[in-house]
Amino acid sequence: MAVIAGFGGRIWQKTFGNWRFRRNFPLYLMLVPMLISLAVFNYAPMYGLLIAFQEYDPLLGFKGSPFVGLLQFQRLFSDPDVRNVIRNTVVIATGKIILGQLVSIGFALLLNEVRVRWYKRSVQTISYVLHFVSWVIYGGILLDVLRLSGIVNRAIAALGLQPVSFLGNPRVFPLTMIVTDAFKGFGFGAIIYLAALTSIDPTLHEAAAVDGATRWQRIRYVTLPGIAPTIVLMTSLSLGSILNAGFEQILVLYNQVVYSTGDIIDTYVYRASLLGYQFSFGTAVGMFKSVVGFGLLSLSYWLADRFANYRIF
Amino acid sequence: MVEERTLGSVLFDIFNYAFLAIVSLLCILPFVHILAVSLSGYFAVRGDFVTLWPIDFTTANYEEIVRDAQFRASFLISVARALGGTAITLLITPLAAYPLSLERPGFPGQQVAKVILILCMFFSGGLIPFYLVITGLGMTNTLWALILPGTANGFFIIIMLNYFRGLPREISEAAMIDGASHLDILFRIYLPLSRPVLATLALFSAVNHWNSWFDGILFMRDVSRMPLTSYLQMQIIAATSQHLNPLVQQKLQLTHRGLVSAQVFVALIPILCVYPFLQRYFIHGLTLGSVKG
Repeated sequence: MAVIAGFGGRIWQKTFGNWRFRRNFPLYLMLVPMLISLAVFNYAPMYGLLIAFQEYDPLLGFKGSPFVGLLQFQRLFSDPDVRNVIRNTVVIATGKIILGQLVSIGFALLLNEVRVRWYKRSVQTISYVLHFVSWVIYGGILLDVLRLSGIVNRAIAALGLQPVSFLGNPRVFPLTMIVTDAFKGFGFGAIIYLAALTSIDPTLHEAAAVDGATRWQRIRYVTLPGIAPTIVLMTSLSLGSILNAGFEQILVLYNQVVYSTGDIIDTYVYRASLLGYQFSFGTAVGMFKSVVGFGLLSLSYWLADRFANYRIF
Repeated sequence: MVEERTLGSVLFDIFNYAFLAIVSLLCILPFVHILAVSLSGYFAVRGDFVTLWPIDFTTANYEEIVRDAQFRASFLISVARALGGTAITLLITPLAAYPLSLERPGFPGQQVAKVILILCMFFSGGLIPFYLVITGLGMTNTLWALILPGTANGFFIIIMLNYFRGLPREISEAAMIDGASHLDILFRIYLPLSRPVLATLALFSAVNHWNSWFDGILFMRDVSRMPLTSYLQMQIIAATSQHLNPLVQQKLQLTHRGLVSAQVFVALIPILCVYPFLQRYFIHGLTLGSVKG
């Protein structure tokens, strides 16, 4: 006993009696709330991914449900619905990335040419208010104004054109998602470009003007190269969201008629599992998304680090 | 600055100012339209006559909202979750950011803690396992299901951490020489210096909570427990207002559409109220987060 106590005492002495440990102890305490929160709400669900390898039955629970190996994944890869949903997701997300970037950059460039301060500030303030509006609120408004008899179609009719079924035509629906998302996000997306624009050395513009560069030439040869690193950075980072087509937006705006082009992975998982009770299958589809998304995100951050010297920490 | 006024340049300016004005208008007009609908009478709303100005002005929709006990309850639930969630987030974030922000000397395990945090930003268990965890903890139908998940927000922690790193190192070094512990440095030096970034994170968190709706639909079995946005979503998908029969609606000048429009607008008001503060801080706060040591 004495030997063990002595031995234990030495270890105790070594770790807890250590001056550095005593000094660092509060640091570990500070991390505890974060670690608990992550353990419960992030890591426990990751462990819960095991039900993708089961045939989960809520009555039998996590421990009692039968293990079925890769059955759910075999179903997943042979299911034409899943293939369609993945395609929709990539199409909508890619469209959003491209249009969103272009509109944000274009808007930032135009706003940067505005010399009247109050005008510039007013336009910018209005442009990013939409970013802070919930998709329920904005979606509720869109459902109303984009109806067949809504105000947008009344304006289109006033111009003598055919009304457009923005939310009820499978061919138009993805485009509606891409455009409305760009509309909601362009002001916020422009912030980072505007910040980059203000950091361009004004003497470059002056020198170009003295050398007789036109306004267009100055934008082309001074401004654009000035924000090129930011464009590269944002493009790299956006790669990580190629499987995120906007769950909340689509859940508010879609309907059965447009499932063929508007249904995305997230909405499909939601319907299949929580409304259709295929818990394990839904989890498998979600896990597929998480794993591929993890790869894409890692790649995007690697690219951002490689080409734009960007690191999160 | 040398600015020669060529014809092309002037034309560009005219086009540019007009274009930006149109874009700004397009951002606002849907809201104006919805406001006009919410203040219009039964026939104008049903017949789709309203454009940007109320027709047959009435406040019936707003009176109905005030009478709707569920709407009031949901509003309070949203306020409660925004306040509660923000408070807990603001507690966890600086506590986690401080140890992670320490550069040489770090402490054993610091890298592990960073990896634990970053992994959560890159990978998630997905919807169903998350749902099952919350259900398993017995949080369904309680405010905890809405408040507690997401309190350890990686982006917030990183913004805070970068802000701490941007503080002059001499301050903490001097304090350490004077015998201050890490707790002293965090609570008595860093936090008082961090008001702008704390304000930014508080506003971000509150707005996020106010705007979240899917978790409310997912975890609140009773509509009576739903926060405002979730309740609103239920109202939007419901094609008609169940509790009113058509004749009464007409008599009271109420329509489902007018009612939803009014509810949408009321839900928007808190966002518009904090928006001036939000935009004062967040650009600054965002750039703070991106500055690296």
